[in-house]
Amino acid sequence: MVTRVQEAAFDFSVEVNTFQAKVKSAGALVTFTGIVRDDSGSLDHMFIEHYPAMTEAALQKIETQAITKFGLEDALVIHRYGMLTPGETIMMVATAARHRKDAFAGADYLMDYLKSRAPFWKKEISKDHTEWVQSKATDEAALAAWSREPEA
Amino acid sequence: MKLNILYFAWVRERVGHSQETVETDATTVADLVVELLQRDEGCAAAFADMSAICVAVDQELGELTTHLKDSYEVAFFPPMTGG
Repeated sequence: MVTRVQEAAFDFSVEVNTFQAKVKSAGALVTFTGIVRDDSGSLDHMFIEHYPAMTEAALQKIETQAITKFGLEDALVIHRYGMLTPGETIMMVATAARHRKDAFAGADYLMDYLKSRAPFWKKEISKDHTEWVQSKATDEAALAAWSREPEA
Repeated sequence: MKLNILYFAWVRERVGHSQETVETDATTVADLVVELLQRDEGCAAAFADMSAICVAVDQELGELTTHLKDSYEVAFFPPMTGG
């Protein structure tokens, strides 16, 4: 299990290759990449703040839950903080499992939990406007749906 | 009891600083919020709507009812927006 919180950019292909090389018994590998999106066309940059003393432990807890719930062979989470410009990669997850359904579901679960249980906050800084990104009611609904699911 | 208090995102901006140490007899998070609320306008603005604020006690997510016995750190922040 790998968890990394960093300001610097990372190389997606290097990370995926390193992850894949370590999971000998997996038949499926799923990745997700989060990218800074500019909906308004005027976004200058995004600032991501986090709670350094808590972030890594929170990510590890979520990863451990995903590995247990879906019987994953392994999982990887990398999340950046600081100043990021549109098009830059914010974060990635990778999951490895024997079969694709668990790998997909594991990645989906990781993302749902990272969204509202990992202590990161995003602020969008546009040319004439600055705003903290708000959480959505659907974020909590997604977590509730996972807890209603019968154990995999 | 000495408590390290941290604020993040817009809670930090409203309170006006990111960290402080307070001496308090609060036994729950709710007690602590009442103390902070009465302090100044920034805190009053930050804590005006507690349904919009999350809390972590000793770096674990908590609630208003969470007890502060032997705690060392409380953090207040808006709902998280990771991913």
